[in-house]
Amino acid sequence: MVDKSKVIICRCNDVTQKDIEDLIDQGITDIEMIKRITHIGMGPCQGRTCIPLVAAIIARKTGKSYDEIGIPPTRIPTQPVQMRILVGDDDEE
Amino acid sequence: MMKNKVDIAIIGGGIIGLYTAFELAKRGVENIAVYEKRYIGSGSTFRCGTGIRQQFGDEANIKMMKRAVEKWTNLGDEMDFPNFKMAKTGYLFLLYDEKEVKTFKRNVSLQNSLGVPSKVITPEEAREIVPTLDISEVIAATFNPTDGKANPFLAVYGLARKLRKMGIEINEYTEVKDIIVKDSQVEGVKTSKGEVKADIVLNAANAWAKIFNEKLGLNIPIEPYKHQGIVSEPFKLGEIKPMVVSFKYGGAYFTQKANGGLIGGIALKYGPTWDLTPTYEFLREVSKNFTRIIPALKHISIIRQWGGYYAETPDHNAVIGKIKEIEGYYLAAGFSGHGFMLAPSVAEGMADLITKGHTNLPFDFYDPYRFERGELREQAVQMG
Repeated sequence: MVDKSKVIICRCNDVTQKDIEDLIDQGITDIEMIKRITHIGMGPCQGRTCIPLVAAIIARKTGKSYDEIGIPPTRIPTQPVQMRILVGDDDEE
Repeated sequence: MMKNKVDIAIIGGGIIGLYTAFELAKRGVENIAVYEKRYIGSGSTFRCGTGIRQQFGDEANIKMMKRAVEKWTNLGDEMDFPNFKMAKTGYLFLLYDEKEVKTFKRNVSLQNSLGVPSKVITPEEAREIVPTLDISEVIAATFNPTDGKANPFLAVYGLARKLRKMGIEINEYTEVKDIIVKDSQVEGVKTSKGEVKADIVLNAANAWAKIFNEKLGLNIPIEPYKHQGIVSEPFKLGEIKPMVVSFKYGGAYFTQKANGGLIGGIALKYGPTWDLTPTYEFLREVSKNFTRIIPALKHISIIRQWGGYYAETPDHNAVIGKIKEIEGYYLAAGFSGHGFMLAPSVAEGMADLITKGHTNLPFDFYDPYRFERGELREQAVQMG
């Protein structure tokens, strides 16, 4: 048996499979709410790794289709950008 | 199955609607239902800047916020969700000219007279609180240690969990289309999942509140403006404990979240509009202003940017109260960016107003009829 508390689903915010499944067991099956409670999809990787994994766990545990589960919106910037680049100071120092 | 008859129907599953449901339930009103067109918190609460402050410039907002902080402090225990905690990390306003200092000195005396322990401090003292600050242009600052911040996700989740345990119905993905009124008396709501009878309806739809008001022929000025926020990658915790505010630099406000990321925004706004698309202009201006306040932020990466509404009124103060023209209709909306921080006292006052007909909190200040009478309040210190 795999220890689900050791299976990392979100590397950015250190969320395990157990964290996700515990929420689903409590009745929290909306990926938007799971995102807000655990911060999956909100780290530097923008959910590239965790969102498909969380969607798969929800689908497996609840029988919801991927269409029903949906995908939370991706926020810009799609990759982290340093503020010095945004202010045009990238040549400094 | 959704109930088809309730005592009180609440439109809007944000912090105001949910907290008011909680206060009503504590007063023994059990047959309440909340209607939220998407998921709870999705409208404005989950998009907010997380700040909670008592440093306002008028008596009513200071009193309301002082009460709100008392309630925020106990909310985790009250809703049996100790994970939720208000972080009392303070608010630090940076001041750059004599005129600003004069206004803030006056505000601090008013705050002190009402029991809020804010104080005027020197630039050096400000840098002791946030060591990375550039204080070369700062001539003074104000700091209140009992201000702070809280996680809106956990506040909403904790309240919803508690409400559901108490048997209160929260209907997500259920849009209220119309408020049903007959002979100037509220009769219920028409939702996307059917009609519900109710003698009392609370409009807690904030940015969307005016849609219902207009349908009922009420002209209460609340307009949706797009504001935006950003979050950065995490960095060493404790670097930026308080909410730092600078009117000089874009009306910037920012603080470090519990996971180490920076959260904040600037005053730049667009509207009235129903468009929440993030703008590059904002991303650039946020970076310009933040890095003037703390130059080291240049090396920090922004990882997310989003838009959210400030439901603004002409004087940037909310409209809260009973609507005279329609028996059973109550309004708590138009929070102009302060809905999250004010929620506990708004909810307490509203629950008293509905159940007892009056509240000891200064609700007169937020009277929905003030605009009609041509009264404008002093503009609320509108920031974070």
